[in-house]
Amino acid sequence: MAFDWLTGNNLPQFWKNYVSLFDNDEGNSEKRYVVFDMETTGQDWKEDVILSIGAIGLSNNSIAVGDFFEVVLLQEKFSTQPTSQKTVIKESAEKVVEAEAMIRFLNFIKDSTLVGHNINLDIEMLNFALKRLDLGRVRNQFMDTNVLYQRWKNLPEDSQSSLDEVCDMLKVKKNEMHTASGNAYITSLIFLKLRNKLGIRD
Amino acid sequence: MKNPVAQSIADFLKHFPPFEILENAELVNIAEQSRIIYLDKNQILFKGGDSVHNDFYIIKNGAIGLSITSDAEETLIDKCDEGDILGLRPYFAKEYYLMSAKSREESIIIAIPIAFFEPYIFSNQNILSFFLESFASQTRNPYDKERKGKLISENMIVSDQVADLQYYQPIKYTKNPITANPDDVLRFIAKTMANSAIGSVIIEQNQLPIGIITDRDLRAKIATGQYPIDIDARTIMKSPVITVPENISVAEAQMVMLKHGVGHLCVTKDGSNKSAITGIISEHDVIAAQSNTPGVLLKQTRRAGNAKELKYVREKLTDLIQNSIDTNIPISHISNIVAEINIELTRRAIELSVEKMGTPPPALFTWVNIGSQGRKEQLLKTDQGNALIFEDVEPEIYDNVKSYFLELAESVNEFLEKVGYEPSPKGLLASNSLWCKSLSGWIKQYNSWINTPAEKGVEVSTAFFDFDFIYGAPDIEDALMENIRNNMGHNKKFFGFLAADTLRNPPALGFFRQFLLEGDGDHKDKFDIKARALEPLIDSARALALSHNLLEVTNTYHRFKQLAELEPKNAELYEECAEAYNTLMRFRTEEGLTNDSDGRYIDINELSKTDKGKLKNFIEPINEIQDIIKNRFSITYIN
Repeated sequence: MAFDWLTGNNLPQFWKNYVSLFDNDEGNSEKRYVVFDMETTGQDWKEDVILSIGAIGLSNNSIAVGDFFEVVLLQEKFSTQPTSQKTVIKESAEKVVEAEAMIRFLNFIKDSTLVGHNINLDIEMLNFALKRLDLGRVRNQFMDTNVLYQRWKNLPEDSQSSLDEVCDMLKVKKNEMHTASGNAYITSLIFLKLRNKLGIRD
Repeated sequence: MKNPVAQSIADFLKHFPPFEILENAELVNIAEQSRIIYLDKNQILFKGGDSVHNDFYIIKNGAIGLSITSDAEETLIDKCDEGDILGLRPYFAKEYYLMSAKSREESIIIAIPIAFFEPYIFSNQNILSFFLESFASQTRNPYDKERKGKLISENMIVSDQVADLQYYQPIKYTKNPITANPDDVLRFIAKTMANSAIGSVIIEQNQLPIGIITDRDLRAKIATGQYPIDIDARTIMKSPVITVPENISVAEAQMVMLKHGVGHLCVTKDGSNKSAITGIISEHDVIAAQSNTPGVLLKQTRRAGNAKELKYVREKLTDLIQNSIDTNIPISHISNIVAEINIELTRRAIELSVEKMGTPPPALFTWVNIGSQGRKEQLLKTDQGNALIFEDVEPEIYDNVKSYFLELAESVNEFLEKVGYEPSPKGLLASNSLWCKSLSGWIKQYNSWINTPAEKGVEVSTAFFDFDFIYGAPDIEDALMENIRNNMGHNKKFFGFLAADTLRNPPALGFFRQFLLEGDGDHKDKFDIKARALEPLIDSARALALSHNLLEVTNTYHRFKQLAELEPKNAELYEECAEAYNTLMRFRTEEGLTNDSDGRYIDINELSKTDKGKLKNFIEPINEIQDIIKNRFSITYIN
């Protein structure tokens, strides 16, 4: 597979475009973050699949409301039911197959730094989805709001705080709908707050 | 692709003007162009002096304080919260912000690019007028002060912070103070101090302050005999002298005095004792600076024992007006305060005059302010206008009673003149035999005005329909008012006359909406704001208010406000007139304060472009209100 990548054979154009973005890491005038959240069928990245992704862009230390992404995935087999009763997907939304969702997502995130709450699971889910398409791993740098929260509160490294707990602590109004894009929005507020409190600058 | 985040922002925006006018799709469109900013507590959104941003801001959560910085001190001017708009300065000034905006708590701000929002302003008349009115009317939300969603730009309202604000303003002090040399003999210095009525002398050497001699030193060191009177200044003086820089604030001056336990500070060019002396600040300056508050002035008025003390209060009042105008306090607010103090001044003048008469008044009487004083619309020192009514007495003693009151009125008028109120040029004074008479005499007078208005008679009488009973027996007032009310009814002739009187003023704007200026005379090419703008409003308000039997309300602003309630279908116009009156008054007052005049004639060319536009906008309602008058009253009785 490494050979394939080097020659560029068998690799779809969107992947080539995506990878090429990381070739020159210098010269990016404005650093862009993409905060995202996804709904999945469960916590096991080998077995479970992505139901929807919501993402929003941040630049200049502010949320760019128009820089927004949402995709709902068409599920081929419904054998695995959403385990979390919180997850709600609007039936009316347009659904696309996993491959199309990945194309759109990579196209949106480009070479931004990804941000999410407990992002590792989400990254693994993405990697497995890409693997099913015979592609490599996600190349973006990423930051975890849970880790930022630990740092701010001086919590032990293995501690897990749910998005709702963090919202309460930071006085961010919680998202009642628990959609991927709703979570992405509040995660982005949390990210802005934590960055500020920890004094992180671009 | 639907954007639920943009939708939620649109949902938020639609609760606040001017966004409420827009369609959901437009709001979503705007939201998609917006950014969301998070500010921690005490973080700066923009800073006074910074070049303007590309965005303006709406507060989604939290609170932002707007402040100005003077004298290295930050003074909070306003606090904005949810739904308030700020940072609109780029709309009319391209360079920099005047005020600083800083979060007072954790805040979430929506930033909307000005360039993107601009088309909405110009394509939507309602939004455009919201913005223009906000800039012109000095209120943040011209539609409703109570409702959320205020617009904040340059305009600021300071209501309860008058005292605070003055406290942080630069102190007024004596410039070029009297100084002496260290070798001068103390007897000579004391003489200088006595002659100039000052409490301290700075001792200088080569123009640098090296010490100070105060009353306290003379008392403690000379009067006690500790030192002889012919000793030199060097031995007695306190050294070093405490020096401060120019433009120090009242608060700071007081702090320095307390810190060093001194009553005098020497002002130097750079604040050190190694630079040239430019002034001296005494404890009295600090107290005087803080005494410009309405409460203190009222107290001082009540305690005043002579005309000189009352005059002092009147001078302080002018400072207060100047400060209030500078800090954009609403004009109706200023008028109220000034009217209260003016009334208190007159009352005190009456009391002092009664004392001076030596005998108590032989009958009950009441003192009436008329004309602009009666309307409580005197911001600058203008004419006095007053009348005196005494109760009916036996015919035998009538002449004696009248002569007592004439003498009393004479004394009050003189008193007020000394304080600074010129007597009415038309002789509308209580000391005028015509305007000092018994209740039945006054009833007869009013009846003849109402029933047989002659051209000259009405000219005079309109001032008498703006009355304010400020001193004396309420029974007399009630009886007179009752009579006027019954008599006036719907006397067509009388109202026809009032209406004609209202329309006699020259127009303010020409056919091309240009200002009509004075053609000749001393004020050539100036705009007569009194005759062309204020009087038509005052007269209209009077005619309309009287036609509703509204006798007690005499203030033009309040008359229009009341009319708006009484005639809902014209409410909008009346509200406009009320605002217009206040704004025009502000123009006149500013002009008056600048040129130490009555502010009647305004040099249009000296106004900024925005002020010109503002002035024009507020002159517009005059034509409309005059149309109402023309249609409502039959003006058959002209000449």
